[in-house]
Amino acid sequence: MIDFLNALVVLANFVLVPAIAYGSQLALGALGVTLIYGILRFSNFAHGDTMAMGTMGVIFATWWLQSLGVSFGPLPTALLALPFGIAFAIALTLGTDRLVYRFYRAQRAKPVILVIVSMGVMFIYNGLTRFIIGPGDQRFSDGERFIISAREFKQMTGLREGLAIKTTQGITLVTAIIVVIVLFWFLNRTRTGKSMRAYSDNEDLALLSGISPERVVMVTWLIVAALATIAGTLYGLDKSFKPFTYFQLLLPIFAAAIVGGLGNPLGAIAGGYLIAFSEVGITYAWKKVLRYLLPENLEPSTLMQLLGVEYKFAVSFALLVVVLLFRPTGIFKGKSV
Amino acid sequence: MTGGYGRGADILHGCTIAVERGQIAVIVGPNGAGKSTAMKAVFGMLNVRDGAVRLGGKDITGLSPQDRVAEGMGFVPQTQNIFTSLTVEENLEMGAFLRRDDISETLEQVYDLFPILRDKRRQAAGELSGGQRQQVAVGRALMTQPQVLMLDEPTAGVSPIVMDELFDRIIEVARTGISILMVEQNARQALEIADKGYVLVQGRNAHTGTGQELLADPQVRRSFLGG
Amino acid sequence: MTDRVRTVFLFGLVAVLIIGTGISQSWNSALGILNMGLISAIMALGVNLQWGFAGLFNVGIMGMVALGGLAVVLVSMPPVPDAWAAGGLGAVAGLCIGAATITLAIFAWSRAPKRWRGWTVAAILIIGFVFYRMIFAPSTAAIEAVNPAGTGYLGGINPGGAGNFKSWGWITILAWPLGGVLAAGAAWAIGKTALGLRSDYLAIATLGIAEIVIAVLKNEDWLTRGVKNVVGLPRPVPYEIDLQADASFVDRAAGLGLDPATASTLTVKIGYSLLFTAVLLILLVLAQLALKSPWGRMMRAIRDNEVSARAMGKDVTARHLQIFILGSAICGVAGAMLTTLEAQLTPASYQPLRFTFLIWVMVIVGGSGNNLGAVLGGFIIWFLWVQVEPAGVWLMYIITAGMPEGAPLREHLLASTQHMRLLTMGTILLLVLRFAPRGLLPER
Repeated sequence: MIDFLNALVVLANFVLVPAIAYGSQLALGALGVTLIYGILRFSNFAHGDTMAMGTMGVIFATWWLQSLGVSFGPLPTALLALPFGIAFAIALTLGTDRLVYRFYRAQRAKPVILVIVSMGVMFIYNGLTRFIIGPGDQRFSDGERFIISAREFKQMTGLREGLAIKTTQGITLVTAIIVVIVLFWFLNRTRTGKSMRAYSDNEDLALLSGISPERVVMVTWLIVAALATIAGTLYGLDKSFKPFTYFQLLLPIFAAAIVGGLGNPLGAIAGGYLIAFSEVGITYAWKKVLRYLLPENLEPSTLMQLLGVEYKFAVSFALLVVVLLFRPTGIFKGKSV
Repeated sequence: MTGGYGRGADILHGCTIAVERGQIAVIVGPNGAGKSTAMKAVFGMLNVRDGAVRLGGKDITGLSPQDRVAEGMGFVPQTQNIFTSLTVEENLEMGAFLRRDDISETLEQVYDLFPILRDKRRQAAGELSGGQRQQVAVGRALMTQPQVLMLDEPTAGVSPIVMDELFDRIIEVARTGISILMVEQNARQALEIADKGYVLVQGRNAHTGTGQELLADPQVRRSFLGG
Repeated sequence: MTDRVRTVFLFGLVAVLIIGTGISQSWNSALGILNMGLISAIMALGVNLQWGFAGLFNVGIMGMVALGGLAVVLVSMPPVPDAWAAGGLGAVAGLCIGAATITLAIFAWSRAPKRWRGWTVAAILIIGFVFYRMIFAPSTAAIEAVNPAGTGYLGGINPGGAGNFKSWGWITILAWPLGGVLAAGAAWAIGKTALGLRSDYLAIATLGIAEIVIAVLKNEDWLTRGVKNVVGLPRPVPYEIDLQADASFVDRAAGLGLDPATASTLTVKIGYSLLFTAVLLILLVLAQLALKSPWGRMMRAIRDNEVSARAMGKDVTARHLQIFILGSAICGVAGAMLTTLEAQLTPASYQPLRFTFLIWVMVIVGGSGNNLGAVLGGFIIWFLWVQVEPAGVWLMYIITAGMPEGAPLREHLLASTQHMRLLTMGTILLLVLRFAPRGLLPER
């Protein structure tokens, strides 16, 4: 029985907790991608870099607040800096839309052209981020490091294995839940939110009903900028901020959005957690868990790791391929094949 | 009206369509006669090069479709006329998007007109049957409280029983004082409920009269109603 | 300006830019730009085949290029006999089991009765995976244990052996077509799954396969030495040292007024230029012939109206697969040439912005659908990519001239000039898309 509990704790410590945090971050990222896809109808390759830009705004605001001596007690100062970062990201996305995307929207350009345009935007954002804050790692997490540390957990429960929950992991989950609730309330209960869904569903009929496309698009960018900044900041707090890592997040985020069903917000969330759990689960060395569960003579001699951590991209990719092969519209039905 | 799509050839040639308050006008004619085009011209979805569109005496020829909705026109396209992923009630709310006042009364009126929608108000519109979807579509257009409701082949693809029911509903809508202009493939049934009928041939008015007159006209019967 | 004049003018401009670099900076860097420009042009040609001819959106170019690099290692390096003895057989057997498992699973999926096929396939995959790991993992560990600092991998097939493999330098050229074949294989696998679906799906799938290829190169030490890199790959052209030791060469160099060191570097680079030019010309001629052939017309017809092409009985998905494989193979060839030029395989140097998205800028700027345009774009964008950095440094010195020496902002700006490249490329791409969406040399 104790063995079982120990196994459970190991599992929670190394798989469940990290995967929930990572999944929340991916889900928020994928929500942004899926909203852009549903409303503006293209896959936004600049999304990873939008996250990086927003997070950069948060980092600068954090440093500024820290220099003023402001802190958030046990919580990271970055949370107080979030509104600044979001405002910066909103200015950025709206400016980009005004300068770049609006022209193609007026022309009713094909989606793939917009994808290429977003590649150009990606270059610029990426360059700007590296130019302003540099390509290196930035740590901007402060406050209490753990909600509960492995040692405290062991003392509390008397178990051999410890369970550590980082403050950032707790914050990630709580923030993600709040954001998702607010977002769904907005989409399902407010007039503007409903008009966004209507526009995403049937553009021509939305026009006939007097829904203004420019307004819908503007609100979409507002939301996407906020989501991207929050997702980026949570990821940065939990791990660390590095422009190139954010660019690379594009793959799992897109995989999450597609696996869940492009254009479907619920799908984006499910996809985010699915990708995160598969990624963490498949690259985790299960030996430690199995050691508690199996009788001694069956104890595995290898690490019982299905794939090296280096191949985590392969997991997103494999899930993506499976979904493409068997259910091209995603788990929750997304828009068209 | 004379007009066509973009800068292409004219499809309509001096054709005239009018409907009085509370009446039903039906446009019928063979395939390619310009029925739907005439409807779109009235709604401002194509260039009208010559002639005018008037609503209650006001010239609205220069207005965009959206502005015409605000002026009191309702339009139900032939296909993709509902928001499939939204619930029935949300569809109706979106129909009233331009209105800033309280819409609950209009909502009640629509539900009274189409009781089935009241039962299914929380369901996604895409899950409804063909006839119910058309009711949602018509209901959506009614939410702006239009003076004129335009229907593009409302009975396309529904069974004869549902078609009869839909026509009954349309008559009821007309009784509330809304003018109805509709294009129909099912010419005979449509003319039966029409106060006024227009037979279009190659973008021109070929025959005009009350529904009963046209049904009685031997030439119309022979060429369009199959004897 | 007619098309022909425009083409001649723009290519003339490229020549002026490169020669100008030679005069104002050095001939060495001019030839460097030319060589990389040639390789870039070939990559752009491959992408243009996919995008310009068929409208396929491939953002996995980096993966194809890296596979080309792998081919060079596999061909041009000498085998490591100890490593083969330690685990060569096991590694090959493991790979065969892996391949057999997947084949069997696919076969079972199509043949087994519907009710059981899910379980059957899962069982095959799990059992196959266990066997694969049982045989593969110890073998690769054994291979990697053999002299890890020097080799620690299986090596290639260079018959010269460890002592004499550099004199078999010409064999490297054989790696170029092999690079194409490897890339074609990867393209076939992605194309089979993602073609025929939305264009965005193909994009994400290719993005994924590229990352996976790089992960394999970085981590499968038994194959590529991973991040320990494979350096000193043999060359198809002479070595500088040999040239400098050659008395007649030194005499000829002196006759031209060059010191032997400079002359030898230039000679080596010109050697590469000639080889690369030959490849580019062959591929360009083939691409032009293809474009003008009925096959090319059909491709463009499919691109412009897939529905009607399908209605006319064209097998759109099969044609797409065909051109996707061809284009990827060209990128693989270019990748092999690149690794040959650099004479080393450094998996960590493959960055998507540089090897995927930059190629896209080349194609769009040059003119998608026009082979000459793609080649032109390859040269121009590569030139800018190289020259923007010095230009950025110069610009930053001007901007920061008024600031006091050692001011943090000044230091920061001067240190960041290398990132000007990305900004410039993005701006160019957006400007071209906006104001000349058909590129410098539009499709006819």
